[in-house]
Amino acid sequence: MRDVAVVGFAQRQMKDFDGSPSMAELLVPILGECYEQTGWQKKDIGFWCSGSSDYLAGRSFSFVSAIDAIGVLPPVNESHVEMDAAWALYEAWLKIQTGEVDTALVFGFGKASAGVLRRTLALQLDPYTMTPLWPDTVCLAALQARLGLDAGLWDENALAEVVNRSLTDAEKNEYAVRAGGSSVEELLARPMFADPLRKHDCAPVTDGAAAIVLAAGDRAREANQRPAWISGIAHSSDGLHLGTRDLTTSGSAERAAAAVGGTDGVQIAELHAPFSHQELVLRSALGLGEDVRLNPSGGALAANPMFSAGAIRIGEAAKKIWDGTADKVLGHATSGPALQQNLVCVMEGR
Amino acid sequence: MSRTLQAPVTVAFDYTRSTGPVIGRFLTGLKQATIVGGRLSDGRVAVPPPEYDPVSHQAVTEFVELPDTGTVTSWTWVSEPVAGQPSESAFAYALITIDGADTPWLHAVDVASPDDISTGMRVRARWAAERTGAVTDLVFVPDDGTTSADRPTEPDAEEVSRIITPVSLDYRYAASPEESSFFRGLAEGRILGQRCPKCRKVYVPPRGACPTDGVPTSEEVELSDVGTVTTFCVVNVPFMGQKIKPPYVSAYVLLDGADIALQHLILEIPAEEVRMGMRVKAVWKPREEWGTSIENISHFAPTGEPDADFDTYKHHL
Repeated sequence: MRDVAVVGFAQRQMKDFDGSPSMAELLVPILGECYEQTGWQKKDIGFWCSGSSDYLAGRSFSFVSAIDAIGVLPPVNESHVEMDAAWALYEAWLKIQTGEVDTALVFGFGKASAGVLRRTLALQLDPYTMTPLWPDTVCLAALQARLGLDAGLWDENALAEVVNRSLTDAEKNEYAVRAGGSSVEELLARPMFADPLRKHDCAPVTDGAAAIVLAAGDRAREANQRPAWISGIAHSSDGLHLGTRDLTTSGSAERAAAAVGGTDGVQIAELHAPFSHQELVLRSALGLGEDVRLNPSGGALAANPMFSAGAIRIGEAAKKIWDGTADKVLGHATSGPALQQNLVCVMEGR
Repeated sequence: MSRTLQAPVTVAFDYTRSTGPVIGRFLTGLKQATIVGGRLSDGRVAVPPPEYDPVSHQAVTEFVELPDTGTVTSWTWVSEPVAGQPSESAFAYALITIDGADTPWLHAVDVASPDDISTGMRVRARWAAERTGAVTDLVFVPDDGTTSADRPTEPDAEEVSRIITPVSLDYRYAASPEESSFFRGLAEGRILGQRCPKCRKVYVPPRGACPTDGVPTSEEVELSDVGTVTTFCVVNVPFMGQKIKPPYVSAYVLLDGADIALQHLILEIPAEEVRMGMRVKAVWKPREEWGTSIENISHFAPTGEPDADFDTYKHHL
């Protein structure tokens, strides 16, 4: 295996992006920041991979418009996934492992505010037995939350504590679209939105984009003084049928954690949990003890741009290696209803 | 004012899907007002039946007819329903384990308030009088314990082998800031392009990023409404929403001063006489019909000038 590291990361997150859904004009400064961090130019990037969805953009081939932001003459080596850019990162990591390229830039973007996000996401469900009922993502998460409440796996206080810690941490994140801690009592006094979830238990609808630069060996050391070396990366998925999954656990997250050799020694973890109870499910599935610092960025409850929020978790975790705060971190991404798909990326400073 | 022009857009399509034997058996059951489960490799019964066993991945082939009653195993209250959901006013989604089944089914429960539903509550199906073989043929209601006298039966219902699922999504679509300046120019009868600061090419419409250099186009350039046909096609195929009777010509017009051609119609000339290099001029609609739209230009028509030399547009094809 080749040693591959995260060496660059830039992001933008906002409530309403006043621009086109292909977001080329937002990606230009993001890619510019990645060049500045690494000292590289377009020609130094061996492979490009993006994550986005036309269902979010409301137009076809939106990712083709987005690659205008790269400037693709002469042509570039490019790919796309209809998943969070964390999975684009996985593809890029594989590409570097093949030896074909030494560097890659991955990016994700999405303008969720252009439509009704929780409704649009009903199209990721089984089209025969679920989509005709248009079950929205928030309701599916609420059904999952109640299963855990009824089983005594968590309680309302535990959910409010996750929210309070996240929104308190988010005060220090310039890209948070929701921030400001209060208290468990104050949070629990707020009205239900999708009983048993309150609005603050659900990630805010967010527009945004992000990019991450990967590099192998000496190229990584050339771009970053303390690269975040990827010591394990894996992803896994649970089945399509909601009823045949145990929604109080996450088998796919457990399998992804096992595939990277476990999470022992991880000091900081950025978990992509768009709903408060899902952080509890993931903490347990990934085997992260009480001593692991979770989501210092504020996590997805502070901002959750579709198709980049997972990659942002990896980028935020990598920053903790770059600045010497930690020696071993974990970035996690999820996709699909009620934590159906999960990706784990463990990074180390050396 | 928003820096971008925005307009509502609805994207809709009716998906026709074949069901296959497992989903087809389940949906045929619903048409007959019967809930059909599938037996998994470990002996459990799943509703709806999955086509393949989630553990062994073997095809599911054994079906079990079940009663239309069950128990709520989880629920949530939809305080703000979205379009297409089973009720326009607030309602409950629930996970319901049908009697005789082992896995829950996601469906709607028609109750007046969140106080009227709880985990463990008994529910039964309320069937639609006319059923098509879809999960929308029923909703669940609290089961008061009496047998459902109104339960319809239609044992001879025709087998369901395909379903049509209409999907319609509403968007607020925004043009990029650069495209917005182009459309605002059209509202004044002007065609505005922008020059890339790196390669100096003039793009019309202007773009958030030059596709060659990856930088926003910036310097505004007002273009002539006269140009050259670089390439074209004759439209012979009728399609839904077509406004002009075929055959007609859709062409790329390279406006004088631009480096990128604009697509538009060529009319006022028989389709078979349109050619590469032909000089054309925009025919504008009456001013009172103008908006922020490329449709302000009705079409392009021949100017009568001699054709342009191939060399003048060969780098713009």
